[in-house]
Amino acid sequence: MGILRASLSPTTTPVMASTEIEALVQQLARLPGLGPRSARRAVLHLMKKRESAFAPLLAALQTVSERLVTCGTCGNVDTSDPCAICADPRRDARSLCVVEEVSDLWALDKSRLFPGKYHVLGGRLSALEGVRPQDLSIDALVARVAAGGIHEVVLAMNATLEGQTTAHYLAERLEGYPVRLTQLAHGLPVGGELDYLDEGTLAQALRARRPVG
Amino acid sequence: MASLTATAIVCAVRAHGEHGAILRALTEEAGLVGGYVRGGRSTRLRPILIPGNLVALELRARTEEQLASATAELLASRAPLLAEPLAAAAIDWVTSLTTATLPESQPYPALYSALSAVLDAIGAASAARQWAAALARYELLLLAELGFGLNLEECVVTGATDKLAFVSPKSGGAVSVAAAAGYEERLFRLPGFLRGNDASPAMGDVLDSLAITGHFLDRDVLDGRNRDLLTARQRLVDRLKRAVA
Repeated sequence: MGILRASLSPTTTPVMASTEIEALVQQLARLPGLGPRSARRAVLHLMKKRESAFAPLLAALQTVSERLVTCGTCGNVDTSDPCAICADPRRDARSLCVVEEVSDLWALDKSRLFPGKYHVLGGRLSALEGVRPQDLSIDALVARVAAGGIHEVVLAMNATLEGQTTAHYLAERLEGYPVRLTQLAHGLPVGGELDYLDEGTLAQALRARRPVG
Repeated sequence: MASLTATAIVCAVRAHGEHGAILRALTEEAGLVGGYVRGGRSTRLRPILIPGNLVALELRARTEEQLASATAELLASRAPLLAEPLAAAAIDWVTSLTTATLPESQPYPALYSALSAVLDAIGAASAARQWAAALARYELLLLAELGFGLNLEECVVTGATDKLAFVSPKSGGAVSVAAAAGYEERLFRLPGFLRGNDASPAMGDVLDSLAITGHFLDRDVLDGRNRDLLTARQRLVDRLKRAVA
């Protein structure tokens, strides 16, 4: 009885896998969207499908790890420099969309609605976090615009205080260059219901209303 | 269990984990308070947790030391003001300054009222001159509440209480015209509205007062890491100067 009680004690961790496999679980559990339980399920799946899932995943990770670079033109991350977007001749080089992070670039490009090129700032101005203009890729953006050939710069900053402060700062820095400065619309989200929206969003939607028909 | 229900001004929001956020807000009775907002990064809560917004805040914690769990309901949104460059820069500055300088859970009812007044003025006024004076007064009050108040009531040299026209950058005391003779270049000009003599100050006077408060905030309050805050303040002052140019 005493032995049974000791073995069921919540303070003792049952050993189900080797330390190497446990280390893999722990590494996966640190990724966004995964916890210890889902990481364990992923590892079990990889071990079960060793040939069809584990080996290709490992090869893909190895390739990306070896070839991952930051694009010297736009700041995107890719396996080539310039990145696939900057090197694509079908892209409209006259339009430039400025985003805060690579994740924003990927989110926008996934929609395939913007035909132009991008510029990643690498963050947003933040007084509290001590992020200053020189900490972001703003000089590189100004140099791209100053080099000519760009007709429109779309400021696709987040609709947060820091995002909008950054957008206003960029607008100031790009003042005087012969480019059309635009900003993403703020307001009613697709599928949004008016009675569930906050007054700030409603005010933005009313401000940005447009004629119908 | 420690709990608080109060009207609060959102001062800072920081992402915590994948979905949550740490909120810091200024209340009248408890001062600057912090709490974890479950789902604070959701599409429903993000428009509410914007610095400057007025919210009905509820904090609950098992002990005084534990980070409280927070819920917030929107009372007044200042998000539409973020479309205006000057207003956005001003809200960014006052909320960041408040978060960075005030100790937590210490009541500052006068600062709460002053911050509320500054934000209301930014929302109501069409011209920056009308709210910039309130901003300068807020900075002056914050210096005083933190123990670095300026003595603008009497001359630091002679003790005179009239014809005060300058401020000493060393002592933070007012200096009379007579005592300042020959030293005017080294002193700050004292705008009358900081002593309550002018209800509607000119923009030049507001910029003079911001020069005074900026100097003492830099020297006495914003040390170390918080010094980066001054970059945001400088951007705001530059914008104000351009607005009057």
